[in-house]
Amino acid sequence: MVYSLPEEVLEHVFSFIVSDKDRNVVSLVCKSWYEMERWCRRRIFVGNCYAVSPSIMIRRFPEVRCVELKGKPHFADFNLVPEGWGGYACSWIEEMSKAYPWLEEIRLKRMVVTDESLELISTSFKNFRVLVLSSCEGFSTDGLSAIAANCRNLRVLDLQESEVMDLSGHWLSHFPETFTSIESLNMSCLGSEVSFSALERLVARSPNLKTLRLNRSVPLGKLSTLLHLAPQLVELGTGAYSSGIRSDVYSSLSKAFLGCKEIKGLSGFWDVDLSYLPAFYSVCSRLTTLNLSYATIKSPDITKVISQCPNLQRLWVLDHIEDSGLNALALSCKNLQELRVFPSDMYAADANVTLTEQGLVSVSQGCTKLQSVLYFCHQMSNSALITIAKNRPNLTCFRLCIIEPRTPDYLTHEPLDIGFGAIVKHCKNLNRLSLSGLLTDRVFEYIGVHAKKLDMLSIAFAGDSDLGLHYVLSGCKSLKKLEIRDCPFGDTALLANVAKLATMRSLWMSSCAVSIGACKILSQKMPMLNVEVIDENGTLDSKLDSCLVEKLYVYRTVAGPRSDMPGYIWTMDRDSSSRI
Amino acid sequence: MDLINFEATELRLGLPGSSTDEPEIKSTTSPVNTNKRSSPEMDSNVSDENGSSRSPPPTKAQVVGWPPVRSYRKNILQGRKSDQPEMGSGMYVKVSMDGAPYLRKVDLKVYKSYGELLKGLQEMFKCIIGLYSEREGYKSEHAPTYEDKDGDWMLLGDVPWEMFITSCKRLRIMKSCEVIES
Repeated sequence: MVYSLPEEVLEHVFSFIVSDKDRNVVSLVCKSWYEMERWCRRRIFVGNCYAVSPSIMIRRFPEVRCVELKGKPHFADFNLVPEGWGGYACSWIEEMSKAYPWLEEIRLKRMVVTDESLELISTSFKNFRVLVLSSCEGFSTDGLSAIAANCRNLRVLDLQESEVMDLSGHWLSHFPETFTSIESLNMSCLGSEVSFSALERLVARSPNLKTLRLNRSVPLGKLSTLLHLAPQLVELGTGAYSSGIRSDVYSSLSKAFLGCKEIKGLSGFWDVDLSYLPAFYSVCSRLTTLNLSYATIKSPDITKVISQCPNLQRLWVLDHIEDSGLNALALSCKNLQELRVFPSDMYAADANVTLTEQGLVSVSQGCTKLQSVLYFCHQMSNSALITIAKNRPNLTCFRLCIIEPRTPDYLTHEPLDIGFGAIVKHCKNLNRLSLSGLLTDRVFEYIGVHAKKLDMLSIAFAGDSDLGLHYVLSGCKSLKKLEIRDCPFGDTALLANVAKLATMRSLWMSSCAVSIGACKILSQKMPMLNVEVIDENGTLDSKLDSCLVEKLYVYRTVAGPRSDMPGYIWTMDRDSSSRI
Repeated sequence: MDLINFEATELRLGLPGSSTDEPEIKSTTSPVNTNKRSSPEMDSNVSDENGSSRSPPPTKAQVVGWPPVRSYRKNILQGRKSDQPEMGSGMYVKVSMDGAPYLRKVDLKVYKSYGELLKGLQEMFKCIIGLYSEREGYKSEHAPTYEDKDGDWMLLGDVPWEMFITSCKRLRIMKSCEVIES
């Protein structure tokens, strides 16, 4: 006789299980748990919007409140994915508007969203609260007007790094005077001026506003007004951080920052005028996040700022910080967890900045809680990488970009294989890795052997042969996302590891050595994968099996081939149907 | 990589024996260190300005999507560079026109005067734009305005062209009636 808990009890227990992985496991226990779980799942994350269809999701999970979708491949960020590729949110939003009247949160990343969809969102979901459009495009400020006008309970509107057709700043005025619920507003990506009086009134009547990221066009002179109206702010993104020669701007700004006792994060700082920097010193001791990656602040000014932020956990900065600034960081910021150093000049080899591998070594030594690194630099050595690896075995994300492709160890002129090998060997919990510099197949052997927790790997201008790819696909047990460009990897490795591809979210290969023949074989062997060949120039001859493909995107799916592919994408289905 | 002095055998514009500041156009497939700065849109390779005492190193091919920096970030830094006049670097500013769904971009460096700029904009948006004159008012339906460094919106034409291009952050072609009212 099987004894089981009553449904209500199970449901209550399940409500504590939040992570998708755990929920998926729960649903596999038995049929009744599967049924129970699917009715009470409230949050869905779809890492690839083409892996599943809206109807499949809706059929299985009828009571969802929060949906998160991702569209284009990551390399779309660097213009490697052509226009019109896909990632349309339209069909998702349409179907959800009918099936989920109680939907509260939509988060989209790298998707194409139209004004019509935004309008549909604003009118379909009565309790809509959170809209995050991260690196999205396809909509204009008209769509934002609809959201502002209709979403009475909106808490979060975050347009992080989206490309918005900026028709006017008047969209903000569409928030009715009775609207007071906003908690987080990020409009930093917008180009045009918003109506300042509308912004001012909105901030004044929003007591729960905790995050406010302004766009560049909000002048510094107006920032103090806003800060006085919202002293409860926790995260602030300034507009342009400079002004004409008016001393009262400085003093009122300084006073305003003094009044903000809750600020923990700062960003913005476009067009920095150094003389205004001290105005925010009063908040530095509380700062946990600081994003100065749009600010040309050089040593010693940047060092002065950093040495006042002992509680800093996350720092994004330009390479103007130089080794000296990073040394100061290592001394002052013992709680640092994440460091991102962006290049100020992407094309000059000996740019006017003294940022070398030494800066990163210092930080790896001084900041014992460091977990996540993104570092653009011009030179690196194996010994530095080995030191970093030994200093910081707790690294979980290591992304190094040596700006010149195939740059060897500048001391020994050797490849950087053993350096990166040390990283994967010592950092046992590494889940994200980006490689650069001169690398042979050897580094991939190390990665395949050691990087057992690696979830995402980015490779560029590396390797000697198919063996490199084979090591990765056969060795990295946890690998879900693999993106490769300009490497001599081809058919042999791909076809030897077809089963692996079904355990991954996606594989991107561009300017490699994969042939159309191999793509056909892959498609035939693995019906649960969509094998999409991008042929922008129209030079692909699909009848010639040895013809190399320009760009390849392979992903697992339960939704079959997608119906919105542009003409320049080749798939087996299209090929065979055109022959009939 | 060795930098071999090609000076003796280089093909140049100009008389033999004269040093030249003119840009050389070379293309190479192997990436090499260089001091070149140029806009990411450029396909051809233009060598560095300081070709005076030593021969300029072979120029680097611009690789699409490398280094892996997002366009948004690249544009911000590019915009900053346009403050300093540089060879080969475009001074791209956004242009919006009231009523048009998409914005465009123009390279201000391509033009030598307001007249040329207006002509270019008219071509782009297929409209007539006129400069305002105290006496005659607006000569057309549309008025060109620009946002300057301080964030103020200014009517085109008051300051000298050189001053204008260094302070112009973006352009907006407004409907003349709106300009008068505001």
